[in-house]
Amino acid sequence: MSGQVKKGYARPLDIKHGRVDMSHGGGGRAMVQLITDLFARHLSNEYLAQGNDGTCLPLGEGKLVVSTDSHVVSPIFFPGGDIGCLSVHGTVNDVAVMGATPLYLTAGFILEEGFPLADLARIVESMARAANEAGVKLVAGDTKVVEQGKGDGVFITTTGIGFLPDGIHLSGDLARPGDLLLVSGSVGDHGVAIMSKRENLSFDAPILSDTAALNGLTAAMLASGAAIRVMRDPTRGGLAATINEVAHQSGVGIHLEEAAIPVKPEVEAACELLGLDPVNIANEGKLIAVCAAEDADKLLAAMRAHPQGREAAVIGKVVEDANAFVQMKTKFGGRRMVDWLSGEQLPRIC
Amino acid sequence: MKYVDEYRDGEVAQGLAKAIAAEVRPDRRYNFMEFCGGHTHAISRYGVPDLLPENVRMIHGPGCPVCVLPIGRIDLAIQLALERGVIVCTYADTVRVPASNGLSLMKAKARGGDIRMVYAVTDALKIARDNPGREVVFFAIGFETTTPPTAVAIKQAQAEGLKNFSVLCCHVLTPSAIMNILESPEVRELGTVPLDGFIGPAHVSTVIGSRPYEFFAEEYRKPVVIAGFEPLDVMQAILMLVRQVNEGRAEVENEFTRAVTPEGNEKAQNLVSDVFELRRSFEWRGLGEVPYSALRIREKYAEFDAERRYQLEYHPVPDNKACECGAILRGVKKPTDCKIFGTVCTPENPMGSCMVSSEGACAAHYTYGRHKDSEEVSP
Repeated sequence: MSGQVKKGYARPLDIKHGRVDMSHGGGGRAMVQLITDLFARHLSNEYLAQGNDGTCLPLGEGKLVVSTDSHVVSPIFFPGGDIGCLSVHGTVNDVAVMGATPLYLTAGFILEEGFPLADLARIVESMARAANEAGVKLVAGDTKVVEQGKGDGVFITTTGIGFLPDGIHLSGDLARPGDLLLVSGSVGDHGVAIMSKRENLSFDAPILSDTAALNGLTAAMLASGAAIRVMRDPTRGGLAATINEVAHQSGVGIHLEEAAIPVKPEVEAACELLGLDPVNIANEGKLIAVCAAEDADKLLAAMRAHPQGREAAVIGKVVEDANAFVQMKTKFGGRRMVDWLSGEQLPRIC
Repeated sequence: MKYVDEYRDGEVAQGLAKAIAAEVRPDRRYNFMEFCGGHTHAISRYGVPDLLPENVRMIHGPGCPVCVLPIGRIDLAIQLALERGVIVCTYADTVRVPASNGLSLMKAKARGGDIRMVYAVTDALKIARDNPGREVVFFAIGFETTTPPTAVAIKQAQAEGLKNFSVLCCHVLTPSAIMNILESPEVRELGTVPLDGFIGPAHVSTVIGSRPYEFFAEEYRKPVVIAGFEPLDVMQAILMLVRQVNEGRAEVENEFTRAVTPEGNEKAQNLVSDVFELRRSFEWRGLGEVPYSALRIREKYAEFDAERRYQLEYHPVPDNKACECGAILRGVKKPTDCKIFGTVCTPENPMGSCMVSSEGACAAHYTYGRHKDSEEVSP
């Protein structure tokens, strides 16, 4: 026995018409083929090529920053993105807003039996493109297959690794009274884009998800030399949840100006129709920053000079408040609290 | 946003605020109840109270359809989902309303109940068409605004011969609830709860018209101003109420003329009366049994009536003893007067009806107005 399958008898992976079956997660040749012909083909690099149970990475300068995120978004393909690029952006952003430079990603795939390989290929290609653009490498991965009905197409968990240069310390508990709060652009785009495609809700709004890697923007912000205390990306729960987190962690109040918060007219219209508030809606390519008041102009200029921060704005200020309440001056002229959302607004947004 | 921003203009609001401040008499208080949850939400979300003089107080009424749904009714829906295996379709907020045994429709869903949130009753019809092998029940809640669509759905189901669709009807009526509040002992005994006037419902009035309120204005000497749901509508209505009080008038006035006529939508009214009839009595969460305050499905549509179809028996379930929802809904107490407000009862874990939907008096105060409580106690 030569052990070599004769040429012409080796069946290539049928990416066009094939579907995920249980053997693709079984640890046998079919799994190896899926990894080689699909994942490695698009995502390969010197680390993935090591082919061992673990990957050896060189240590970078400063502290190690790690973040992990699972992605279960539905629908898998949505206006402006898909679960593939989202799973890269989401984790890259979590590392980037720490002030770190994201370098590596790992990815775990849970595939449902019957999932079209063509869709999987689209997702992997999209991940590869997103990782490339963000300058990160996928260095380890895993694939599991569950029976039909036990999953929903594909779930992706990514872990991001980056290095935080010495001297940079950003944290949710560093906001101080007098500081100003900035946002990098319009809020609510991702959530509304997802909602527009839900089966019981479909409306034809030309709204694209803002899913994007923010590490270029964060690098530009840090390079400005402004005294940044906090950076966060307001994903699930939107601006309201993230700002409440900062207020609680820092033990301060935050006062927002509704008129200063950028919201796209079509997002505002969709929210109006659905009875939602843009400040509660998820973003996947926006960040908020708290910085010393005297540096706000410098930071704002640096943000606006970057393509992802063109619509950046100062939207509020940090005040003393033992209750850590977030309040907002409404466009109407009144004042109200901006609280965490109760219950679930929209499941599986990311 | 066109046709919306015009009704939220901050400058116009300042102008109205000045007019109200100039017209209120400093020697008296003005207590107005906005009946509808839609108004409660607008008042809280836009911060309307900040634009009102100190002696004008808005009392949040019982017009939140989710809030007034009694525990026993939700128990029926849960029973249908868990014990009868039917697909229960309902409007979103309803799934969070606390029911018996620590359950809610959302928790029943986690236990395997097939509960689906829909935005319109037509979605429930579609689910019934798409699942011919399953029984589908639309858990119908709401005031006069949501009743006509339910009537249309029942007629449509009949026309299509849809055999697996029925409705658990919990539609309630606005005028009887207002009357219940006005008849309550605290309001009747003059001076206990001074209620100087009502902001009348917006969307409800587009259906029933402005005429049904004339009785309250006349019989109880309370001015009613029907207003739209935008914050400027509310401010304008408050100004109109202040003027009526100052001039000793008690009339029905219509601020929402762009949508409300004296007669309302007669086509919708006819549809509703074809499909529904009055219930002799119906339990409201917070208000208790209110006579002739709700609708049931007429005999001729019996096959679409989930109560008949599944022979459901209603069992009233009392609210938490510490809950002050009833008094809050009648304006006798404020949310902060309730011992469990914000401590045991929160939007995440609502004990009483007013904390359930963002249109409820307690939830609106908790979510949008809590900062004012700490300002009141601090020196």
